[in-house]
Amino acid sequence: MILPLRLDAVAYRGIIEPLTLELEAGPSTVLLGANGAGKSVLMRLMHGLLAPTEGKVSWSGDNPRRHQAMVFQRPVMLRRSALANVVYALKLAGVADAQYVARAALAEVGLKHLAHRSARVLSGGEQQRLALARAWALHPEVLFLDEPTASLDPTATREIETLIRAFDAAGTKVVMATHNLGQARRLGDEVLFLHQGRLVERSPVEQFFKQPASQEATAFIKGELPWL
Amino acid sequence: MAVTRILIATLLCLSLPAHAQRFITVASTTSTEQSGLFKHLLPAFEKKTGIQVRVVALGTGQAIDLGKRGDADVAFVHDKQAEEKAVAEGAFVDRHEVMYNDFIIVGPKSDPAKAKGHDVVGGLKKIAEAKAPFASRGDRSGTHAAELRLWKDAGIDPQQGKGSWYRETGSGMGPTLNTASGMNAYALADRGTWLSFKNRGDLTILVEGDKRLFNQYGVMLVNPEKHPNVKKADGMAFINWLISPEGQKTIADYKIGGEQLFFPNAHN
Amino acid sequence: MHSILEAIRAAVGLIASGDATLGEIVLLSLGVSLSAVALATLLGLPLGAAIAVGRFPGRRAIIVLLNALMGLPPVVVGLVVYLLLSRAGPLGDLGLLFTPGAMVIAQTILILPIIAALSRQSVDDAWREYEEQLRSLGSEGAGAALTVLWDIRFSLLTAVLAGLGRASAEVGAVMIVGGNIDGVTRVMTTTIALETSKGDLPLALGLGIVLIAIILALNAAAYLVKEAAQRRYG
Repeated sequence: MILPLRLDAVAYRGIIEPLTLELEAGPSTVLLGANGAGKSVLMRLMHGLLAPTEGKVSWSGDNPRRHQAMVFQRPVMLRRSALANVVYALKLAGVADAQYVARAALAEVGLKHLAHRSARVLSGGEQQRLALARAWALHPEVLFLDEPTASLDPTATREIETLIRAFDAAGTKVVMATHNLGQARRLGDEVLFLHQGRLVERSPVEQFFKQPASQEATAFIKGELPWL
Repeated sequence: MAVTRILIATLLCLSLPAHAQRFITVASTTSTEQSGLFKHLLPAFEKKTGIQVRVVALGTGQAIDLGKRGDADVAFVHDKQAEEKAVAEGAFVDRHEVMYNDFIIVGPKSDPAKAKGHDVVGGLKKIAEAKAPFASRGDRSGTHAAELRLWKDAGIDPQQGKGSWYRETGSGMGPTLNTASGMNAYALADRGTWLSFKNRGDLTILVEGDKRLFNQYGVMLVNPEKHPNVKKADGMAFINWLISPEGQKTIADYKIGGEQLFFPNAHN
Repeated sequence: MHSILEAIRAAVGLIASGDATLGEIVLLSLGVSLSAVALATLLGLPLGAAIAVGRFPGRRAIIVLLNALMGLPPVVVGLVVYLLLSRAGPLGDLGLLFTPGAMVIAQTILILPIIAALSRQSVDDAWREYEEQLRSLGSEGAGAALTVLWDIRFSLLTAVLAGLGRASAEVGAVMIVGGNIDGVTRVMTTTIALETSKGDLPLALGLGIVLIAIILALNAAAYLVKEAAQRRYG
């Protein structure tokens, strides 16, 4: 078990002010905030892609990297088949029987029929599903998603959201950044609201939307938050 | 590292055909090569002995240097003074005279300096007086050395004309003739290169037949004591063949347009 | 204009006659240059990728140096390699001087910076796209660099072609280390130089046209490969 994750007074170059929080297994967490609030940077600090300039990020348990996965706003695929892309990730993680596991993952996301198509010629929605398959195949404890549907059309968005819900139901801790209020409401259990690099509010999702505690959250929900 | 091994293997493979053949390396001059003599001469030798002769053509000075460094087995050049000096220094052994050809002075048909005739020293004096353009090789070659000796005999320092009528190209006979042709200048050339030169423009032979235009060719072996890698036996086979009656006849048989270029004069 | 027409006639005549000597010279030229390209690619691509992905002190200075070395004068490279391979030099005992092997060495040195510098640029650009995802999956350092290198292999073709162009065009290096020996180390460029100095300009130009035609053909083939790959892999 690599959760809970502790952030102790973690800061990053003025983009993230010293921030302390703990993430536990269970509820899906949505990082909410306007563009430039620091959601992406915070997520990268958690996942280890960035090193904090102050403070400490600590996972519990052994080998935290192996039990996390991340899906980015734009999927990054190698110039290989869809199947080969998933196999690549599995081999890196040292998973046995990579081909078999990969096929199962593709089937989960409904891409079995495109297994041998070159990944980069797939549509945006298909590639993002492939990214999820790649993450799913690793059976991570924590799945980070950085604005996963921001570049997709409504149909593709729905497909991705369905898959994310499935992840959540299967027990994976979902941590998702979005600025889409409807999506946050649909997928999140709790909300971490960021404003100008500070964690301003943390509450269960319905409470956040019905009774926001802070001025900034209220303004954000009402859509009045000025762009930075 | 595996990469280094692949590298060396590839290189040796590419060089292999070059290595498999029995051969000697002869340092000679560009003017000799460009006269076409080797295309005529070497196949006869190779047929007889099975030894391939690889000619690296440079200027006489460079050719002798090549031998001194041990990068050639034999030197076949035409600057008696430089050759004898090199032998005296111990860099070469077994020097033999092989053949001679002659130099000529070429120039524009109109002959503005009125140099035409059979007196090379007189001709050069007239060229200098008229400040007519003259293209020199300026490259430490046998031809260049001969040219400088002739200026000296005429009592003229051509460097006085440097930058105006005396033009040093620093290159081989062919390129120098190209330059002379382009500038309508006079030049000293060996007859061999001239006869096979195709870009004559307005140039023609103006001075020839003077005994001072005599150009002696010599052949010598790189001293095996200085460079153990020298192919002594095969190198001597080539030298001995060149001065043998058979070799001498082959040299005499080489003609361009019916004209003999080289005159064998080996003294055994 | 007259010489150019003569040159074209000479070129056509050369090719049509199927001249054996010309064939030998062309094959040797291609052999030497393609070998040099192969070696320089083998060494240069990983080098470029390593510099692109790595972070170490002096990295920027090395990048500038590598870019500057693209302009190495061929004749200087030839001179240095000659001094190394000469009997009087450190590697004389290899007996490589005046062989095609020496020419390959010289050309490899000449084009290695080109291939390394251009691939460094390509990998650097691609790295921006791939870095986060690869690191998220646990791929770092040399492994990640090689993954990116392989993934962008078709756009690296440009770097390789640049190297091939430089190698097949140069005459200074191969002249000095090869000696332009008839039938052994005579390649297209040294033959053109020789014919020019003999004053046989139409023949020299004709050979030049043949050389350019070959390089054009190779480039066209590479372009088609790149296009096909683009369609297949995206």
